[in-house]
Amino acid sequence: MRGLPSWIARRLLLGVAQTAAVVLLVFALTEALPGDAAVALAGDQPDPERIAAIREALHLDRPAHERLLEWAGGLAHGDFGTSLASGRPVSTYITGGFGPTLLLASLTVVLLVPAGVGLGVLAARHEGRFVDRFVSSVTLGVYAVPEFAFGVLLTTVFALRLGWLPPTAVGYGTDLPAHPAALVLPVLVLLSRPVCSLARLVRAGMIDALASPYVAQARRYGVPGARVRYGHALPNAITPAAQQLARTIDWLLCGVIVVEALYVIPGLGTVLMNAVAERDVPVVQGLAVVFGVTTVALNLGADLVARRFAPRSEVAA
Amino acid sequence: MNSPQTPLVDSRFPGLRRRGFLAGAAAMAGLGALAVTGCAGSGTAGTAGEGDGKPRRGGRLRAAFAGGGASETLDPHLANLFADVARAKALFDKLADYGADLSARPRLASAWEPNAGLDRWKVTLREAAFHDGRPVTAEDVLYSYRRIADPGKAFRAKASLEPIDLAASRALDPRTVEFVLKRPTAEFPNVLAAFGAYIVPRGHQDFDGEPVGSGPFRFVSFAPGRSAVLRRNEDYWDGAPYLDEVEFVVANEESARINALLGGQVEYAHELNPATARAHEGKGHIEIVRLRNSVMQSFAMKTDRPPFDDKRVREAFFLIADREELVDGALSGTGEIGNDLFGKGYEYYAAHLPQRAQDLDRAKALLRQAGAERLKVTLDTSPVAAGFTEAAAIFRDQAAKAGVTVEIRTSSKDSYWKDILDSGTLCSYRSGAMPIEAHISQRLLTGSTTNATKWRHKDFDALYQQAQSTKDKQERAAVYERMQRRLYAEGGFLVWGFADWIIGTARTVRGVAAEAPANSLDWARFDKVWLA
Repeated sequence: MRGLPSWIARRLLLGVAQTAAVVLLVFALTEALPGDAAVALAGDQPDPERIAAIREALHLDRPAHERLLEWAGGLAHGDFGTSLASGRPVSTYITGGFGPTLLLASLTVVLLVPAGVGLGVLAARHEGRFVDRFVSSVTLGVYAVPEFAFGVLLTTVFALRLGWLPPTAVGYGTDLPAHPAALVLPVLVLLSRPVCSLARLVRAGMIDALASPYVAQARRYGVPGARVRYGHALPNAITPAAQQLARTIDWLLCGVIVVEALYVIPGLGTVLMNAVAERDVPVVQGLAVVFGVTTVALNLGADLVARRFAPRSEVAA
Repeated sequence: MNSPQTPLVDSRFPGLRRRGFLAGAAAMAGLGALAVTGCAGSGTAGTAGEGDGKPRRGGRLRAAFAGGGASETLDPHLANLFADVARAKALFDKLADYGADLSARPRLASAWEPNAGLDRWKVTLREAAFHDGRPVTAEDVLYSYRRIADPGKAFRAKASLEPIDLAASRALDPRTVEFVLKRPTAEFPNVLAAFGAYIVPRGHQDFDGEPVGSGPFRFVSFAPGRSAVLRRNEDYWDGAPYLDEVEFVVANEESARINALLGGQVEYAHELNPATARAHEGKGHIEIVRLRNSVMQSFAMKTDRPPFDDKRVREAFFLIADREELVDGALSGTGEIGNDLFGKGYEYYAAHLPQRAQDLDRAKALLRQAGAERLKVTLDTSPVAAGFTEAAAIFRDQAAKAGVTVEIRTSSKDSYWKDILDSGTLCSYRSGAMPIEAHISQRLLTGSTTNATKWRHKDFDALYQQAQSTKDKQERAAVYERMQRRLYAEGGFLVWGFADWIIGTARTVRGVAAEAPANSLDWARFDKVWLA
């Protein structure tokens, strides 16, 4: 593990650059959208005088680069700026939305790993037989269903027809842990697709590893089957899976937007959607930073895991 | 989507479940009859079903609205969305508000009296108190209006209060305000009822922290984009609400609102789709309330530019529209056809003008006369409002039958209203309920700030001024009728329909007014609602 600190430093530096690039891109794209916060706020009463007044009040009449610089300057000492739509600090938006999203994402990941790995190992052990074919076709099938459709389906069956679970988390706000039943359906929807991709990846990795010379060697030495599978083959299968997992968490943030809308969970996805609709650039920017940093940190973590489990594969930065 | 059987039987005949199969079969036989009563009830929600009669006190009603997420505020002067207005209405009062026909009804103002010139109005306040016990005074009224009119701010009601000379207006005594107006304004009470013109106590207050109003409910808690809990104000001047508490929750997705209602998580779901309403109407799970005449649906033609600067082309377009087909197709039948005039059923509406119907031959002849055969126009539309894109596609097909090629251009949702204000020639347009006078002053005068049809006629402006300086109501109605005749003959709004506003309630909810277009007093009004 020589050079690990410098490797991490390189990765972090790259991460900062990536985050900055994302923020710039998001800023440019939001600027390129038709209309600004003043227009969005004016809604169906686009009285030009009112729009001009809002624009002036929000300092939107200043050039884009000035606004960006001011915002970036504030960011340097931890100030995310204030929302154009409400005048509240952006940090309250982020902290407010972070809890529910984090809860959903972590519950999903916690369940995702055993479910995905378990299904993958199960399928790999029964390669080519019924169990494998069953797991493979079900995972492929579920993977093909978009979250929104899957969510509507689950809600209709389990919440409205059978009445087992609440159909939404409306009104629970951030107090979600007090209403665990309301989390079941959202987490199921979030799990549906990543479990499938993870299981298929683990299955493929396990099959490769089980067929590899070192596993054959271990078997010749008489190492018990379970130890071969979990001690020798699985770590090699996990390497690609860990990286997939990191990517999945990025993806979860997108999935979360759909799930949050469907189940009325006031997380970051909801905040982002509203902020884009309102052209609330500081909020969009703040979220871009949060998402960027999360993504960079997760990928760094995944690469560290990969180095730990399969040092020979020497994941490049 | 839902099984219409078991829960229906359960709730209608609680005793039946235990009696088993035979009783179940009898209930099934009664299903048809129940569906009928369900339908009939939907017209006058609150009287349907069992358990009605005397209002009952108690309970918490949860109401789901589409909202503005984390940017929401309880500042009533910032109210922009229906959710904001519903919350503002529960916490605050206006001096006046609109009845079902959009005429101003006294609220905090108990009376108003103009001078002979109609440019000085003496408004008397009723005895009412803010939640902290202070009486509502003339100074509070002036403070509120001055806050709204603050030139440095952009509160929505600012344009509506424009006729008032606030510097010259004053409090004659604690309960009398004398408003001095910049010009004669016969419909001044409409200004008092304007969208967002709420009365707040004078002095700075933290609206998100602990808003103080004079409304039927007191503040308990608020989390922007999530929930606002309000408690009954026992001392409300209009009688304490029946409900102990009302909670406003926010669910932007229509499917989430209806699911929450069906799943018993909320008792009131605002703004449902026609398709949803059809699926659940008369099934016994929930009540569907249709607020007639809530949304005017139209196409706006820019009358200052070709091809619509020729009134024959405008008339041809009026005749191209098959209104029944538009209402059936774009609004799923949940509405009424329009007659190219705003405000069907409202005060001063010119109801006896003949209903316009499709007449393609006459339309073609008019286009020929105008030299506009093989006309091509671009229709701007956007998914910004229910039915817009559908109506555009239907109208395109109707126009094709008259030899007019309509090309549909779909634009961004968030900037649509600004985009169509000055650019393009033909666009989808809708409007919420407001008095006909307000529709004219905001959209059809030379100086109107949101004049989407670019209707600018000095003689029309003069008629409006005449109406505003006519004290006698009959005479005023005659002037409004003249203006509407003109718009009917050659105006820029092709008003093809009036959409219902659809609300779903749990079957226990009573007292939801059905005769209340969105934006009027009884719409989203929870102090007269009770849980049976």
